[in-house]
Parts: sequence; C-alpha cells; structure tokens
Amino acid sequence: MAETTQDRRKERLDRGIKVRTDSVYAISHWQEMTYMLAPRLVFILGLLALPLILSFFPYWQRVISIVCIYALLAVGFDFLANHVGLVSLGGGFYVGVGAYMAALLNLKFGLPPVVTVPIATFAGGVFCTLLFLPCLPLRGVYFAIVSLMFPLLAGRVIEALDIFGGTDGLLGVESFGNPWVERYLLIGSVLVAVFVLRRLLIEDVGLVFRGVKDNDQAVKASAINITVYKALGVYFASTLGCLGGACLTHIYMWAGLSQFALDYSIIPIAATVVGGGGTLIGSVLGCLILVPISEMLRDFGTLRIAVYALILTAFIVYKSEGLMNYGARKYEQFERWVRI
Amino acid sequence: MEIVIYGIINSITLTLMALGFSLVYGVSRLPNFAHGALYVLTGYLAWLLLNRVGLYYPLAIIGALALTGIIGAAMYYFVLVRIRGMPISEIIASYAIGLAILEGLRWGGLKGGTFTLPPFIEGSTQLFGVSVDYQRLIVVAAGLLLIGGLWLFVSKTKLGLALKGIAQDERAALTLGIDSDRMAVVSMALGSVLAGIAALVLFPLGSIVVEAGYQVLIMAVAVCIVGGLGSWNGAILASFLIGFAQILTVSFIATHFQVVVALVAIVVTLISRPSGLFGRQKELEERV
Amino acid sequence: MSQEPLLTVEGLSKSFGGVLALSAVDLTVHAGDILGIIGPNGSGKTTLVNAITGFVHSDRGKVVFKGRDITNWEPHRIADLGLTRTFQVMRPYYSLPAYKNLIVPLFSRRARRSGGWRGGGKTGSRDTVAVDILEEIGFERDSYVPYKTASSLPTGYLKRLELARCLALRPDLIMCDEVFSGLSMSEMASMVPLMEKLQMEGITLIMVEHRLRELFRLAKRVMVLNFGCKIAEGTADEVLGTKEVKEAYFGSEEEVLSHV
Repeated sequence: MAETTQDRRKERLDRGIKVRTDSVYAISHWQEMTYMLAPRLVFILGLLALPLILSFFPYWQRVISIVCIYALLAVGFDFLANHVGLVSLGGGFYVGVGAYMAALLNLKFGLPPVVTVPIATFAGGVFCTLLFLPCLPLRGVYFAIVSLMFPLLAGRVIEALDIFGGTDGLLGVESFGNPWVERYLLIGSVLVAVFVLRRLLIEDVGLVFRGVKDNDQAVKASAINITVYKALGVYFASTLGCLGGACLTHIYMWAGLSQFALDYSIIPIAATVVGGGGTLIGSVLGCLILVPISEMLRDFGTLRIAVYALILTAFIVYKSEGLMNYGARKYEQFERWVRI
Repeated sequence: MEIVIYGIINSITLTLMALGFSLVYGVSRLPNFAHGALYVLTGYLAWLLLNRVGLYYPLAIIGALALTGIIGAAMYYFVLVRIRGMPISEIIASYAIGLAILEGLRWGGLKGGTFTLPPFIEGSTQLFGVSVDYQRLIVVAAGLLLIGGLWLFVSKTKLGLALKGIAQDERAALTLGIDSDRMAVVSMALGSVLAGIAALVLFPLGSIVVEAGYQVLIMAVAVCIVGGLGSWNGAILASFLIGFAQILTVSFIATHFQVVVALVAIVVTLISRPSGLFGRQKELEERV
Repeated sequence: MSQEPLLTVEGLSKSFGGVLALSAVDLTVHAGDILGIIGPNGSGKTTLVNAITGFVHSDRGKVVFKGRDITNWEPHRIADLGLTRTFQVMRPYYSLPAYKNLIVPLFSRRARRSGGWRGGGKTGSRDTVAVDILEEIGFERDSYVPYKTASSLPTGYLKRLELARCLALRPDLIMCDEVFSGLSMSEMASMVPLMEKLQMEGITLIMVEHRLRELFRLAKRVMVLNFGCKIAEGTADEVLGTKEVKEAYFGSEEEVLSHV
C-alpha cells in the first residue's frame, strides 16, 4: 500500500465517493451513480461505437475484428493465469483448433458460418480441455512449458503428416458476407465474455477458483476436486480462443499453420501484462493498444514482434501492475505524502 | 553402425545445446528462455566480426563469445534481477527478450542471402566405414571437453563450488557469505558463453538462421525436462535418449518428426514423471 | 469393543528417497474417541496424517474408513467421505476475510448435500452459515474479527480457522496436525474446551501434538511414534512408563514429561 522513501511515505486512502458507492448509497444520488457507472459505460459504449467511429477510416475498421480476436484470447489468458493459476503460453493452440475445426466443417460438410462458428467454439473448447487434461496436475512453470509445446507440436504434426492441407492450409473457406456482422459478433463476444467471467468471479464459485490458484492444498482438504475447476478454467479460456480462431478462419477465408503461430500466444500475454493482470478489462484495453501498434509496424515485418516483446518486458519488469490497475487506483484512491 | 555414430554425434549436439540452459537453471533457478536467442546471436556476432570487421577467425570466435557473455550477464543484471523469484514472470520476460533478439535479427541482420561460418577443419574421414566430416568430430570433442571442463570447474574451483552451493541450497549458501545475485550474474554469463560455444561449433555445419534459435530452445528445454531440471547427469542421459530416438525416427520414419520426438518427450515426461529421470522427491512435491 | 472401528490403518509405510518416514504403522479409532499421537521432531507424525488423508501416496499398507478402503484415494474424495484434516503450517486464504475463507468448503458437494450448517436448509446464504460456524469455533460474532482479512489475524484465530474449515464439511473425523503449537498459554487454555465440545458433538478426533499436557487432558488413548515406527500405545500413564518412550524423549524433552 505504501512506498517508503527516506523520511516520508506515500499514503493511499479510498476516496469518499468510492466508499459510498461500495455500500447501499450507490443508488441514492446521481453523483455516486455516475461514479459507479461511468467507467463501465465508457468501456461498453466505446467498444460498441468503435466500428461506427472508424467508418471514416476504412483501413482501421478492418483492424477492429483482429483486435477483438486477440482480446478474446487475452481475456481467456488473464482469467486462466490470474484467477485459476494456470499460465498458458499456448494461446496459438486454441486459435488453431478453432480455425481448423471451422474450416473443416465448412469445407467438408458445407456448413455456413452461422453453424460452424458455434460448433467450432464449443466443440473446440472440449477438444482442447481433453488434451490438456493430463497436464492439469502440473504447476506454474511446468504447465507453462507444456502449454507452450502444444501449438508447436500441433503445427509440426500437421506438417509432418501432411493432413488438413499440410503446409498450404485449407483454402476457400466461406466468409461472413457482411463485415458488420463479423465486427459486432466479435465485439459482442468480447463484452459477453468479460461480463460473464467478471460475474463468475464475484460469485462463491469465484472464491473457489481463487482458492485453487492461491492455496490448492486447502481446497483439496475442503473436499473439492481441484482438477475439475482447473479443467473448467481451461475450458473457458480455450472456448474463447476457439471462437477467435473460428472467426479468424471466416474472415481470412483460410486456415493454415500460421494460426498456431507465436503471435497468438505472445500478443494476448503482452496485452494482459500491459493492460493489468486480473482485471479482464485490462486485457481488452491492452489489445486496443498493442494490436494497432503491431498493425502500424506491419511494413517492418517481424520487427513488430520484437517491438511488442520489448514492451512486454518493460511492463513486466518495471510496471507489473499494468495500466488498468494503475488507473483503478488513481480513480478510487487519493495519495498523499506523510512525514514519518 | 551409421545409426550408432550419428546417434552419438546427435546426442552430444543436444548436450551442447542444453548445457547452458541447464547450468543457469541449476544455479539460479532461472528458466532462461532467451537461451536460443543467445545461441543465434553468437553465431551472428561471429559472422559480423569475421566478415565485416575482418578479424582473424579464432579472434572472431573469442570476441563473439565474450560479447555474448557480457550480453547475458547484462540481461540478468539490468532486467531479470528485478523479477527474480517470480518464475512465471521470469519465463515470460526472458522469452520476450529472446523473441526481441531473434525477431530483431530477422528484421535487421539475418536477411538476404545465407550466412555461414567456415568449418574449423575442412574435409571428412572414415570411421568404422561411415563417412564423418571433421567438424562433427570437433562437435563431439567440444561436447566432451565442456562436460569434463564443467565438472572440473564445479568440483575443483572456488567459484565453481560457490555456484554448486547456491544450486543446492540457496539460503545455506547465503549464510556462508556467497552472494547469490552475483553468482546468478556469473551463471548467466557462463550459460550464455556455453550457448555461444555450442553455436560456434554447430553453425559451420549449416547456415545461421533465426529458426535455429527456436529449435535450440525446444531441444534444451526437452533435454532438461526429461533429465530433470537442474540435474546435469540427467541432462546428459536425456540427450542420449532423445538423440538416439531422433536418429531412429529420421532413419525409419521421416525427417519431419525429428522435432516432434522432442516435443512428445517433454509432454510425456511431464505428465508421467514430472520430476524427470533424475529429479528429486523434494522438487517433485513442488511441481505436482 | 463390539462396534466396528471408524478408522483402521494397517501397516502403513512410506519412504522418501530411501529414508523411511513411516514403517508399518497400525492404528484404530472408534467413533467418538480422541486419539493422541505424539513423538519427537521428525518422527513421521505429519507424514502419517498426510498418508491417511491422501496428501502423500503411501508405499504399502491399508487405510479403512467407515468400512471403505480409502488407501491412496485423492484427498478431496477422502474429505468428501468425512475425514478432514488441519494443516500444521496454516493455509488460510490470506487475502480474504475470515468468514469468506469458509465459502470454499461450504461450496463442496459434501457441504451442499448436508444442506447448510446444522440443518439450516439451503435457503441461508453461505456467508451467514460461515459466520455461524466461526461463532461456534470462537470468533465473536458481533466483533469485527470474522470480517477481518485472514492475513491480519493472530495465530490463535488462524488455528481456529483451520478447524472451522474442517467443521464446515460437517466431518466425522478430524485429524488435527498440531493445533496447539505456536499458541500462547491462554489461547491453549481456551482451545481445550473447544476440542471437548467437538467430541461431545460426536466428532472423532485424532490429535497430533507436541504439547503433552493439553493432549493428555483430552485424549484417553495415546500412541507414540519414533523414526516412523509405533513404539507404544495406551493410556497416558502407560505410555510414559515405557522404556522406549523415555529413550525417544531423551534430553531436554524429558523435563516436559516430568511436568505432566
């Protein structure tokens, strides 16, 4: 709470309006109501209005869908890492599974995107969860390493066996048709995902998830099967990733090995770290910042990966709380120097 | 016979790739995911010193190794030391640094044309009726020398003993006046140099490419996990297991599966025996 | 005794990398009993608790609870059957308020099956039930203590919180791993009647202890472990009389024995 320097320290106190808003007064006065609702409304309405605002900049309009796909992955990563305690570096695997599943359903069975996206999302989530099931007892670093291996392995296996189009990928996947459908489907999904997961976390089951992360022994001693909750966490995260992957396939009309690529593993992590781990909204914010940067650097080829890898390092080392936690602190608390 | 000889060569290659990673993790519990990047970086530096600066080849090698050692130590001293003890942050940060180096090289250095280092000695010889070029024999010699040298260093010199002390029990070592942060810097420098040596003996066999960085990282992680993180004997044994498994898959199935073997080995080991072949029970409890 | 024992352990063994932590330990506990387990440091007491409750895989031996063989079951299944434990090194959820700590056990299937606490029905929210349990275990309801974050509570309350986590599951048997260690004299004095109350409510207790005086007030039967072997079992006086026990507690701890 407090940083100490030589003879003074910084004291942080909750603002009066924050304390009032936390309790029953929240609905009694327009000031408190505004205080409480403003940040949420800015986030929701801002995201919804984004495609309309950007309709003046057609180039950037295309980026929104990509931002949302990364945001879905980042929200999943944040949930899994900061609330279930499994750091999954294999975001690319979820995207790849979703993408290939949607593409295969579309090409082999001729199903339209309306059908392939939901199937790829939920069946893909189940598929990923089943594959990760044996790895769930692993902790921390070890889970991170295995999860990092999954997308690499999947790519190599497809390449080596020459299945699903091998290195060429699956071409000729049907597109969404209407770009507005595509944008609002993705924006809606991001909002729903953030809302549902945040809601989940303040329920009693959220405390169980938190227990699994901080103190798994005590949860086991409380007659609760932690593997079930870890699997549930992986299911949420992989479902979000598969949704992103399925949409990606229909946007680019193509599924290929690059969907298992590093980008999908590293940008969500960077976005979460930059945006502020644990807040879920922070990850979305991080994507809104990082993906356009990456898009601007597209001409420089792989330099963009180097750039956001450096941003990630800088944040994780020097500002590990991230933007969202920093912002929330400024919004809710005031600071002052106190002489000791 | 071919399988045996190339199996041994491949296994020692893997040991070389993994030694640096294993050393750093063993001493400072830092999973250095920038290992592969340091490997490629040394190759590129040596190429620069050789072709752009025009140094004599042995001098270029020494220069490249020294630079890599300094870069590795600086990476720890300026960045990683601040997140010491947070394993996930360590992985993400070191991986991100590695990524930045590799992709930066791909963008600014290693593009257009092929980049090769000349072999130390040209030509090849016959060994039990199998043709082996001298560079591969140098790889084997370098591997054996490094293993032997490290063993001597760790068990005979004061610095080595201090490193070993930190590796076994950090707190006890601290009470004996060993500065664990300084040892970590030393171990990072050493680990980077080891990655560099591996790069310099191995790159003459092919060309310097960015992908090698990822490949080496995967191999190093595979060897160390299968052998048990932090255990050197385990790492050597695991290199031979994976090395021979790879040669067998290459000769009987297909070349494509070479990396798959390593990846499968990691996943299977972690699932069935998380502490690796030589892991200790205490570590097992930390992991599961 | 005519009645079937609640918990039977036969020949339980466990070694860690060659060191024998438990060798062929037998024990039986009947419903409603309090069994004390004592022994010098490193004698395998905590390993015994871990092996019975499934936190450590035993190498050999058999654990039967309520007539079912639960050897090497997963810990959560054993707890689900009604055999719970406290941890010697307390493991609360430090960042949560004390009463929120109980939400996790109350969320378990076992707690939900039994329909809340003391027949409270499913209507009461878990928060209310949690505060009820805390009151029962000695957190004053009207004070701020149940609402303080666990990290700011003193050891005495954390030990109680450990017990409360077990009680939330409405267990049949609690294995207490050193509930008295680290407590002040007055805290210990208030803990003893609490344990007696639990026994009167029909909960069987196995208490692993260092504090012999308090243990002997509670436990009718005591067993002594040393180097992983059971070296004596019986009433407090019988056990303390045996030669092996005196040897095990040789030195400074002999004074402890003379105090009892």
